[in-house]
Amino acid sequence: MWWQKLWEQIETCLIAKDRWKLILEGVGNTIIIALGAILIGTVIGAVLALMRVSQSRLLRGISTVYITVIRGVPVVTQLLIFSFVVFAPLGWNKLHIAVVAFGINSGAYCCEIFRAGIQGVNAGQMEAGRSLGLSKAQTMLSIIVPQAFRAVLPTYTNEFVVLVKETSVAGYIAIRDLTKVGDAIRNATYNAWVPLFAVAIIYLIMTLGLSRLFAVLERRLARSDRG
Amino acid sequence: MIEVKHLYKDFGEVKVLKDVSETIEKGEKVVVVGPSGSGKSTFLRCLNLLEKPTGGEIWFEGQEITGKGCNINHVRRKMGMVFQQFNLFPHLSVLDNITLAPVKQKLKTKEEARAVAMKLLERIGLAEKAGAYPSQLSGGQQQRIAIVRALAMEPDVMLFDEPTSALDPEMVGEVLNLMIELAHEGMTMVVVTHEMGFAREVGTRVLFMDEGRILEQAPPQEFFGNPQNPRLKDFLSKIL
Repeated sequence: MWWQKLWEQIETCLIAKDRWKLILEGVGNTIIIALGAILIGTVIGAVLALMRVSQSRLLRGISTVYITVIRGVPVVTQLLIFSFVVFAPLGWNKLHIAVVAFGINSGAYCCEIFRAGIQGVNAGQMEAGRSLGLSKAQTMLSIIVPQAFRAVLPTYTNEFVVLVKETSVAGYIAIRDLTKVGDAIRNATYNAWVPLFAVAIIYLIMTLGLSRLFAVLERRLARSDRG
Repeated sequence: MIEVKHLYKDFGEVKVLKDVSETIEKGEKVVVVGPSGSGKSTFLRCLNLLEKPTGGEIWFEGQEITGKGCNINHVRRKMGMVFQQFNLFPHLSVLDNITLAPVKQKLKTKEEARAVAMKLLERIGLAEKAGAYPSQLSGGQQQRIAIVRALAMEPDVMLFDEPTSALDPEMVGEVLNLMIELAHEGMTMVVVTHEMGFAREVGTRVLFMDEGRILEQAPPQEFFGNPQNPRLKDFLSKIL
């Protein structure tokens, strides 16, 4: 029967020889890299975005150069540079290097998302805050940023989802992420489609789950703001 | 209270204000009228430095606010401003809109600010809207709350930038009535508006601006009854 054959293949590829543990390890590493990177990327992006809309030409310049360089170079190339050049002398754990490298990369994209959000808030909001005696920084933090955050949440979610998928190149610096693990099983079992489809399905579950999570958050925020 | 000396403002090549000098005394209600593009809004927005003057001086309560070393944030606490588009903060409740500035600037504790805000809201009959968000309110309600938000800072002067121009006609009255009340309480006011009835009723002085200059000024009776400048005559004949 065909389903018996299918089960045998699944058994060999995903269960036998503790391969499910390998897959779990891959899932874990992918999640660690994506989560760590989005945290770092969000912080870097927020700082860069504030620099980008500041009065200071120097700060604007630094931010612009950062974004131009990071967005203009493929993430794999950056990952290799961080791994074999920048952090090589420090002898860091590869996983940590990947978190930082993807975080620095994501920071450039987060910055552009946040900047668009900040500049999308009506100029009258800044004027109203300033006219009440609030400083520029106070107005930014309590009036502009909260409105900008709500506006960019869907795009920000998208960046997170993209990031999860981008971590699939972590194998280039010998990290056993989900993709790498799937590929390793393919090599060992001479069976391509079961491990690769399994990996694809796991990615799909992760990205769908993330989208759902953010959709809930968006609805929560929308409830308090019908504007 | 406010002294403007030889104020100039350019936007690139366009000269919006050309040598405007004006003194506004405590308790005055100065109404600024003129055709659109005459520079009246820019003049008002220069008074609290929302627009940075290109040249000239502005003095407020004995301090040169255009000078170096002036903390404009402290000056603005004493100058309330009301905008044409209300500019309430859409992500905050009505109460938080009013209490945000005094609390953030540590002028009042949260409890004090809330008490003041509720008193002000009761006064304009909107106490039950304290928890509502701006988008749930009518334009007239929003603008009255914007006025109250400025009042919560306990300003010495209130600047109004066409406060009724964005309102549906049936809501103009409630906003004007609140402004008239303020005027009767002795608030110093500078009002840019097209509401000639308001200018007539509460203005102590009416200024006519055109092409970046103040061309004529007089108490309302004289201003409307016996205009001198031909451009003002032309302007009044079109709108009255």
